Amino acid sequence: MSALKLTLLGIVILISAYAADQGRDLAFRVHGFLILLVSAGLFLWTLRKTDTPRPAVAMGDYQDDVVRAGVLATAFWGIAGLLVGVIIALQLTFPALNFDWAQPFGNFGRLRPLHTSAVIFAFGGNALIASSIYIVQRTSRTRLFGGNAVWFVFWGYQLFIVLAATGYLLGANQSKEYAEPEWYVDIWLTVVWVVYLVVFFGTILRRKERHIYVANWFFLAFIITVAMLHVVNNLALPVSIWGSKSVQLFGGVQDAMTQWWYGHNAVGFFLTAGFLGMMYYYVPKQANRPVYSYKLSIVHFWALIFLYIWAGPHHLHYTALPDWASTLGMVFSVILWMPSWAGMMNGLMTLNGAWDKIRTDPIIRFLVASLAFYGMSTFEGPMMSIRAVNALSHYTDWTVGHVHSGALGWNGMIIFAMIYFLTPRLWNRGAMYSTAAMNWHFWCAMVGIVMYAASMWVSGIMEGLMWREVDDQGFLVNSFADTVDAKFPMYLVRSVGGILYLAGAGIMVWNMWMTIRGTARTTQAVAQMTPPAGEGSAPAAPIPATPAE
Amino acid sequence: METYTVLREFADSWFLIAMFTFFLGCCAFAFWPSQRRARDAAAAIVLRDDSPPHATGCANACPDCTCKTFLMEAETNG
Repeated sequence: MSALKLTLLGIVILISAYAADQGRDLAFRVHGFLILLVSAGLFLWTLRKTDTPRPAVAMGDYQDDVVRAGVLATAFWGIAGLLVGVIIALQLTFPALNFDWAQPFGNFGRLRPLHTSAVIFAFGGNALIASSIYIVQRTSRTRLFGGNAVWFVFWGYQLFIVLAATGYLLGANQSKEYAEPEWYVDIWLTVVWVVYLVVFFGTILRRKERHIYVANWFFLAFIITVAMLHVVNNLALPVSIWGSKSVQLFGGVQDAMTQWWYGHNAVGFFLTAGFLGMMYYYVPKQANRPVYSYKLSIVHFWALIFLYIWAGPHHLHYTALPDWASTLGMVFSVILWMPSWAGMMNGLMTLNGAWDKIRTDPIIRFLVASLAFYGMSTFEGPMMSIRAVNALSHYTDWTVGHVHSGALGWNGMIIFAMIYFLTPRLWNRGAMYSTAAMNWHFWCAMVGIVMYAASMWVSGIMEGLMWREVDDQGFLVNSFADTVDAKFPMYLVRSVGGILYLAGAGIMVWNMWMTIRGTARTTQAVAQMTPPAGEGSAPAAPIPATPAE
Repeated sequence: METYTVLREFADSWFLIAMFTFFLGCCAFAFWPSQRRARDAAAAIVLRDDSPPHATGCANACPDCTCKTFLMEAETNG
């Protein structure tokens, strides 16, 4: 086995060394060098442990070491992605921050995809992988399938993130929103993703539970659909096998439609279905009561799966796309409102009878805020997909505000809840180090989101109205630069909101650090530990703490 | 063009009906009265404790144990 591994790594070393030397462009050569370093390191590492006997695997235990790594990676990429977000928000407010000395790497155009990919795929993706692996083992009551394959998924995914991020900065970008990485990075992600599917599905197949819990249905839909979307949207022909540039197989409006079929379902299946899987586990678990209606969750699942896939064309109103197609997208988007709210209600109603926990349990507060933002943005989305509304909102900051109320509110808040839920459990510490810090984090994030969303609504609607304003002669009143000028105060508020949100995440990282380091706090209330199953609801008052050892 | 027309007509008619029927089937499956216990059992999966799988109980391994922890068979999962 190690002979085969060493041979393969040796081949990769040779190819990447050649690529680092002969690559046609800077990004490709840097990537060649990066892969050379990684594969050479792996080669030495494999070689050094060839005659070390492997410790026996405790098959009866859950495989949680990779989940621990996933939680740390989530926090790391979260800070990185939010920080870049704050930088580009400030660059929009003060264009002088596109420093001359940092060109072309540090300008807005290159940092913007770095921000979107870092928060969606690095922050969100690591949270999804960690959560799905944690949840599928517990709800199937079995150890993860595939042994160390999951480590390949984890490190392979980190390598994908690093290749994508450095590629954007160095100019390798195929200019498809949320699908910017170039062809070789896409191929690598496909390989990693297929292994992820095998690990996840294999675990479900050897489950000890009779039923496949609904969270796993959502995770499975997320993994399979993202694979399909990724492969179809990235069909491209490299110009040279030693260069990063590629040409799309689809052209014109077909390419646009494929892109937004992908783009909207990246939202639908990555940021919604996968996160609903998290919601269907963490909310019942933290509230210590079963989900409000399991029947509704089945209907919710199938309705969401059937409807989301059609909603993409609403991104292409008033374009070369035929009217019937954009109407189809609009109609399905509006219908989609129902299953979305069914899911939100199912999550919120799970707390029925335990509402007092919003006051006592910060994790429940994060989860409820997350569901509330899910409800708001899944109402706002269908509304914005209506052609007449879209005529005003499209290309304005309203879209940006909408995306962020979903991303910061729904995705961000549930990821924070996940981190606070998993950290004490995975490192075996009774609770998070500081409940007060969790509350500070919550309020920083909340105020940040409100400032962000509100300023972008004002800015977007103002912008849309200014663009369409005509005088009594039928001439446009405002030039484009007038709208840019008028947006300055809103941009400033948005930046402050982003800084607050980032500060909240910083408090979380400090709290994680203190928790993992194991500093005991005897005054700490263990609010989030749930009693064993079968005993009705959790006590309303926090249980007195036992100090962590 | 010919393929497009044929596929388009098929998608708009029979396939649409097939998908909608499947969806209605899913709804019926979710609410089927005899499945009520199964739904409750599934909803309870998350509420069992986090102890590793080997510590779940006797898993019907002992000769005369009466526990119902053989989760694949017990509908309500003990």
